Amino acid sequence: MSVTAKELCKEEFFYGHKACAGCGGSLAVRNALKVLGKNAVAVLPAGCMSAVGFNFPQLCFGNNAIISTFAGTASMLTGIEAGFRARGITDFTAVGFAGDGGTADIGIQALSGAIDRNDNIIYICYDNEAYMNTGIQKSGLTPFGAKTTTTPAGKNIHGNIRPKKNMFEIAAAHDIPYAATATVGYMNDFLDKVKKASQIKGTKYIHVIAPCPTGWGIPVSDTVEAAREIVDCGLWYLAEYENGEFILNRDPKEFTDVAEYLKKQGRFKHLTDEDIALIVRSRDEKWEKIRKNWKTKE
Amino acid sequence: MTPFLREKKQFGFEDIPENTAFEAGYLVMKNSGWRSVRPVVDVDKCVGCMQCCLYCPDGVISMKNGKAEVDYDFCKGCGICSKICKPKAIEMESER
Amino acid sequence: MAKKFLSGDEAFAEGVRLARPDVISAYPITPQTIVVERLSEMVEDGSLKSEFIHVESEHSALSCAMGASAAGVRAFTATSSQGLLYMAECLVYASGGRFPIVMMNANRSTALPWNIYGDQRDSLALLDSGWIQAYAENAQESLDLALMSFYIAENKRVSTPFMANLDGFILTHTYEEVDVPETSLAEKFLPPYETENKLDPDAPKNMAFSAGPEHNYIFKYKEHKAMLEAAAVITEAEEKFAEIFGRKYTGLIEKYLADDADYIIVTLGSIAGLCRETADKLRAEGKRVGVVRIRYMRPFPAAELAEVLKNAKAAAVLEKDISFGNEGTVYTNVNSALFKHGVTLPTYNFIGGLGGRNISTADIENIFGTIEKGTDKKVNFIGIEVDENERDR
Repeated sequence: MSVTAKELCKEEFFYGHKACAGCGGSLAVRNALKVLGKNAVAVLPAGCMSAVGFNFPQLCFGNNAIISTFAGTASMLTGIEAGFRARGITDFTAVGFAGDGGTADIGIQALSGAIDRNDNIIYICYDNEAYMNTGIQKSGLTPFGAKTTTTPAGKNIHGNIRPKKNMFEIAAAHDIPYAATATVGYMNDFLDKVKKASQIKGTKYIHVIAPCPTGWGIPVSDTVEAAREIVDCGLWYLAEYENGEFILNRDPKEFTDVAEYLKKQGRFKHLTDEDIALIVRSRDEKWEKIRKNWKTKE
Repeated sequence: MTPFLREKKQFGFEDIPENTAFEAGYLVMKNSGWRSVRPVVDVDKCVGCMQCCLYCPDGVISMKNGKAEVDYDFCKGCGICSKICKPKAIEMESER
Repeated sequence: MAKKFLSGDEAFAEGVRLARPDVISAYPITPQTIVVERLSEMVEDGSLKSEFIHVESEHSALSCAMGASAAGVRAFTATSSQGLLYMAECLVYASGGRFPIVMMNANRSTALPWNIYGDQRDSLALLDSGWIQAYAENAQESLDLALMSFYIAENKRVSTPFMANLDGFILTHTYEEVDVPETSLAEKFLPPYETENKLDPDAPKNMAFSAGPEHNYIFKYKEHKAMLEAAAVITEAEEKFAEIFGRKYTGLIEKYLADDADYIIVTLGSIAGLCRETADKLRAEGKRVGVVRIRYMRPFPAAELAEVLKNAKAAAVLEKDISFGNEGTVYTNVNSALFKHGVTLPTYNFIGGLGGRNISTADIENIFGTIEKGTDKKVNFIGIEVDENERDR
């Protein structure tokens, strides 16, 4: 059932948009829609992807798509799903694409409500680890140490002082039918998960890392590379939650160097060896738990 | 349906819809002006693996006769395709 | 037609049942709860074929209703007070998107201090949200308004969301005898919802988009025009309603002994009943007094008010609202209408009922007496004696 480039439909459903060059978010949205096809009904909250895709009369979605309020991705998806069903339409997929702030901060309540009701929707969080649309401010998914415009790196505070919220496990804690993590760096894995989600009834949550060159301080050509390295160095993991179980999809025997991953990015340039040691330690603690408690199925 | 460029680009009072609902995939402008470099495909080196198509954030690379082809109207010149290409069939060239 | 003994909330729920929304999304808040409880029961017993969605907040209630409306179906929600304010972002979104959602609002005081009783500060604070705003007086009107609201909102010339306001407790919880129309007649009155403003598998749409300065302005103008157009559609709806159900309504305002009155109270909501009773009493004493009840705050009955007040000697605007630092919002609106239409007469503002405080017959008699005598003080708080040196701004 693996999705490959050759099997993806030729049609593009997110085209001509005004996302920055090398945008990881647009890459995630574009390919997920290719998997879901023309019957996808997309909801995008106020944020990068709606800002770049819906400027009348430049409308960049080839399928049915609508902007929701910032907090309202999941609740609008619920209404659309119920409305289409009421119209007797059965062949459609209600899918939301919200950023990290739109998901883990302002939209978490509506998302939790939708999972609680087990509404038949797919919710995809494209995580670029800060409020990029408004100019790189800290969100609940900004990682420890990252410099943003609201967590400046100075003598006293070295960027963001809190770790990322664990949205994947928060979604799973609702006993959701399906949740997964992914990265745009390993596209086939992400697209397999989107396809799998489209075949499961109930609420599905996919959390995909989608680097923002502007906010991360990397060259625009390095988006995919960065999105691979974050997994390779163990600061992100590819996993699923299904039938009440956590499954690790990829268990690297050896991690690549965390410092190397961090130092390539402008947002982490200021980190001291001590800061990096702290990041490595928390990575190791997380992986210890993962390896102990989750199944591994590569 | 892939969004595409339309003839009608100007919208006056009468053409503005009553509500915020309009035809999907209605494009009135290109993105080519954003670019300082452009990807150029060496069709002899291209093996048709489609990795460039898969990883292009703008979806501007398609396959023609088994080789990658770029839609320069909408390519922003990010260079992801060039980096991802294992046979090194895509070079970034200056737009001047 | 069946006679039932119903509260305002229950009557409204009956009206919603007759209007057959496809999706109902609501979050409980006193004194709105009874509406959603009754609707849940109707969905359970099969008398209403709707999706009832248990949203986790008012923001989601309206966001979900917008999703349903964007999917092309009829949507209903209900709220009150803090809940209305919590969903405020979605109010302007729904009107800008021209989603003809109907919402019942149980008018209730806004915190702080906390208070669950009725005043109109919640809805009047959102007068500019682009929603049609109607104020019911009694349970029968509540039911009828519920049914008519969908007709008006969904009319293609209007396509604008509709907020039907019922005074908290005084109307929402007070039982009256109500005629409940037959379902078949309701179907005759209100056809199924049809719209082009929807996501469509056969003709995909991009919706709720951005529009830059050049275009945005035109969208807003068209939104305004549609709201103005609603006035004519309200009349049309009431004519059709009278034809089918035999009950007549009078458009944006309702006059009582007002045409030849020298002194008129302009008010809205359930307090109008007491005003009319008081007017009867004073008429019997030979006073030429009358009452005008504003039924719709948006579209605003500017011309109608100017017409009915043009021959009066003085008018009072009685409202359960205050725009702090200025005056009651209804008063501002009425004065603007009079000025715009070249009608000059002394007008006074009487603010009362905030947080559910009682307004008595004596208070209303006193209002008529005060405006007949005239007073320097234009903005008056019922029951609060002010220093005679205190002046309006």
